[in-house]
Amino acid sequence: MLKWFGAGSFRHGVHPPEAKDATRDLPIRRLPFAPLLVVPLSQHLGRPSIPVVREGQQVVRGEPIARPDGFLSVAMHAPASGVVKAIGLAPGIAGRMLPAIYLKPLPGSTQEVVEGTPCPLDATPEQIVHAIQEAGVVGLGGAGFPTHAKLRPPEGGFIDTLIVNGVECEPYLTTDHRVMLEQREDIFTGLRFLLAATGAARAIIGVEENKPDAAAHLREGLPEKLPVSIEVLPVKYPQGAEKMLIEALLGRRVPPGGLPASVHALCVNVATTAEIGRLLPHGRGIQERVVTITGPAVRHKGNYHVPIGTPLHFLLETVGVEDDLSRVFLGGPMMGSAAPCLDVPITKGTSGVVAFTERESLTTQVVEHPCIRCGYCLDACPMFLDPSQLGLLAANERHQEMADRHHLMSCFECGACAYVCPSHIPLVQRFRVAKAALRKAKAS
Amino acid sequence: MVGPTRILEIRTSPHLLSGHRVETIMFNVVLALLPTTAWAIWCFGLKALLVLVTALASCLLTERAACAFSDRPSSLGDGSVAITGLLYGLTLPPGLPLWMVAVGGVIGVAMGKALFGGLGANPFNPALVARAFLQAAFPVAMTSWLPPFGPDRFGSLPASTLAPPFSRAVVDGWSGATPLAASKFGGELSALADLATGAVAGSLGETSGLLILLGGAWLVARHMMNWRIPVGIFTVVAGASALLHFVAPESHAPPGFMLFSGGLMLGAVFMATDMVGSPVTGAGCLLYGALIGALVVVIRAWGGMPEGVMYAILLANAVSPHIDRWIRPRVFGQVAAEGDG
Repeated sequence: MLKWFGAGSFRHGVHPPEAKDATRDLPIRRLPFAPLLVVPLSQHLGRPSIPVVREGQQVVRGEPIARPDGFLSVAMHAPASGVVKAIGLAPGIAGRMLPAIYLKPLPGSTQEVVEGTPCPLDATPEQIVHAIQEAGVVGLGGAGFPTHAKLRPPEGGFIDTLIVNGVECEPYLTTDHRVMLEQREDIFTGLRFLLAATGAARAIIGVEENKPDAAAHLREGLPEKLPVSIEVLPVKYPQGAEKMLIEALLGRRVPPGGLPASVHALCVNVATTAEIGRLLPHGRGIQERVVTITGPAVRHKGNYHVPIGTPLHFLLETVGVEDDLSRVFLGGPMMGSAAPCLDVPITKGTSGVVAFTERESLTTQVVEHPCIRCGYCLDACPMFLDPSQLGLLAANERHQEMADRHHLMSCFECGACAYVCPSHIPLVQRFRVAKAALRKAKAS
Repeated sequence: MVGPTRILEIRTSPHLLSGHRVETIMFNVVLALLPTTAWAIWCFGLKALLVLVTALASCLLTERAACAFSDRPSSLGDGSVAITGLLYGLTLPPGLPLWMVAVGGVIGVAMGKALFGGLGANPFNPALVARAFLQAAFPVAMTSWLPPFGPDRFGSLPASTLAPPFSRAVVDGWSGATPLAASKFGGELSALADLATGAVAGSLGETSGLLILLGGAWLVARHMMNWRIPVGIFTVVAGASALLHFVAPESHAPPGFMLFSGGLMLGAVFMATDMVGSPVTGAGCLLYGALIGALVVVIRAWGGMPEGVMYAILLANAVSPHIDRWIRPRVFGQVAAEGDG
C-alpha cells in the first residue's frame, strides 16, 4: 500500500542529466599546494573563527590556526606547513570580502600532518561533540553547518536513527561516490563516533542506485555488531536534501520549520562521516577535502584531494581549462554558487568545481517569458509549494504574503522549479531576494 | 592561462535548465491541432481554408500591432497567438463572411489578450472571446451551417464568404442544421459514427471527435496538457446526460451523442486546457473540468441555445483563479505537524 505513494523515495522532484560518467571511475588524486593558500575564517554558519597565529609565524600542517568563537563556530587548521603571510580580507563566493589567513607553504618541508590529542571511541558524547568542533568539521555537502552543533538531541527529545547521506543527487559530482569506494573504514569509524554522540540505535546509509558499486562495497565491508544498513534509493533530485532523504528512508515528514530531530532522525553527509572517522582517532583537523573538478571546460576531470584555501585559478590551471571558459561554480550545478572571480578559495563546503564553456552559457540561450501557469513547477517542488504563485507575488514584491500564506520559508532553494520552468523565470533567485527582504524588514 | 582577471558569467543557481520552453509547448499544441485542421479543410473545402487563413492572419497582425503599440518586443515568437488564431478559426462556421472572421480575430486578441497584458495575463481564452463577440454581434451568420463534402467544394465559394462588410447577402444559400440543433429543436439524433468522424454540419473543428482526441492524446503523452481537465468534463457530461436520458429519453440525448456533438470535444481538449486559464493543481483541474461539464449539460438541456461549450469554458476561466485560491498544494510535512500536535 505504501509503495503506491512512492515509499522508497520522496514525491515530486526532477531528473536532470547525471553527467557523472566522466569522473565516477577516477580514483581520488592529490592536487599540489598552491604558492599561496587563502584560508577564510568563516567557512561555516556562525561567527568567524578567531586566529591564533600572527603574521610571519611558521605553522606546521594540521596545526590549529584559529579557534571557534561560540558554539556555532569551529576551529581551523593549517592546510600546509608554511608561513602566515597576512591576516586580512579575501574574496568570498558570495562576492563579499571575508576575513582570511594567507598562508605561504614551504616548498621543502615534508608536509607531514601533526597529531593532536586522539579522541577514543569510548569517549562521552560531550567529548565527541567537542572533538568534532575542535577538528573543524562542518557539513561537507555544502551547507556549511557545523556538524557538532546538531549531534545532541534537543532537550527532552531523542534521536533513534542516524542517516548517512551518500545520495549525491547533484549532477556532475562524484565526491561522495569516491569517498564511499575509497574511505570505507573511515566511514564506519566515523559512524561509531556519531552513533555514540547522538545516542541513535541504528544508522542507515542512503545511496542512490546510480552508485551500485559504492553500495556493494559498503555492504561487503560492513563490520559485525555495527547496527548499520545500506539502503539503495531510486535516482531523483533533490533526494540528498535531508527532509527528502528522511521521507525516502523512514517515511517520516519533518514538519515545516522543524528540524530532523523532531522526527527523531539526524542526517550527516557521508564524506563528513568519513572525515570524522579519519580525524578524530588522531586528534587532527580538516586540512583538505575531496573535490570533483569537472564540467565541459575542464581538460583533466577528476576527483582530487584539494588543500583548503587553494585559489580557484591555481586549481583550474593545474587541471587545465578550455579557452572559452565562461562559468565556474562551486558545488553542483543545481544548488552551487557561481564564482564571481577566480581568486575565490576552496573551502570545507566545496564538494565540486564545475566549469562550463560559452557553449553551455544560459544568458545567450534563455529568453524569459511570462508565467503561463503550466504547473510544471508544482509537480517538481519537493516541498509541495506553488512556485508559480510565489513567483508572481515576488514580481510584485508581496514578500510578506509569500511567507504568511504560501510557505516561502519552506523553500530550500533546490532549484527544481526554475529547472523545469518553460518560461525560464528565475524563480529561485526571486525567492532569495524575497527572503533577504523579509530578513531585512525583520531586523529593522 | 587562467588569469584572475578573466571575466566570468555570474548567474544564480540552478545552472542547468530542463529544456522545456514555452515555444516548444505552443508548437506541439499547433502540431496536435493539425489533423483536425486538415480534416476540416478536406470536409469543407476552399472556404474553410480561407476562414482559417483569415483567422490566423487577423490574430497574428493584432498581436504584432498590440506589441508595437505598447512598446514591447514582438511576442509572435512564443507561438501562443498562432494557437489562438487556429483555434478561433476552428470554432467558426465554414461559410462565415471573411470580414467577420477578421473583425472577431482583432477583437479576440486585442480585448481578450493584449488589453490584459498579453501572454499569461489573460483570464479568458482569447479564441473564445473572439467567438463570443461574433456570436453576440452576428447571431444569424454564426448559426448558419453548411453541410460537409459539398460538390465542387474546392472550386467554388459560397456567396457569403466574400460578402462585403455589412451587406445583406449573408443569409442566402444556407442550409443544414448541426446535430445539436436538430436534436434540440427537431428531436432527431445523428448517428454516433457520423459524429465521431465528422460527417456532419458544424463549425470547422467541431466535426471530428476522433482526430481531436488523437491530438489530445499526443499532448498528454508529452506532458503538455493536463488530462484531468478533459477527463473531468467528459465524466460529468457523460454521467449527467446518462441520468437525464434515463429519466426522460425523449427530451434528452444519450451520453455518446452529447460527448461527440457540437464543440464539446474541441472545447474540452484544446480550449479548456489552455494553461493560462486553467488551475495549476491536479485537484483544481478536476474541479474545473467538472464545472465545465456541468455548465455544458445545464446549457444544452435547459438553455435557449443548442450549444453551451463556449460559455461554459469562459465562465470556468473566470472561476479558475478562485479555484487556485481554494485548492492549494499542502506544504511538505504539514500533516505530520498536525498529527503530532
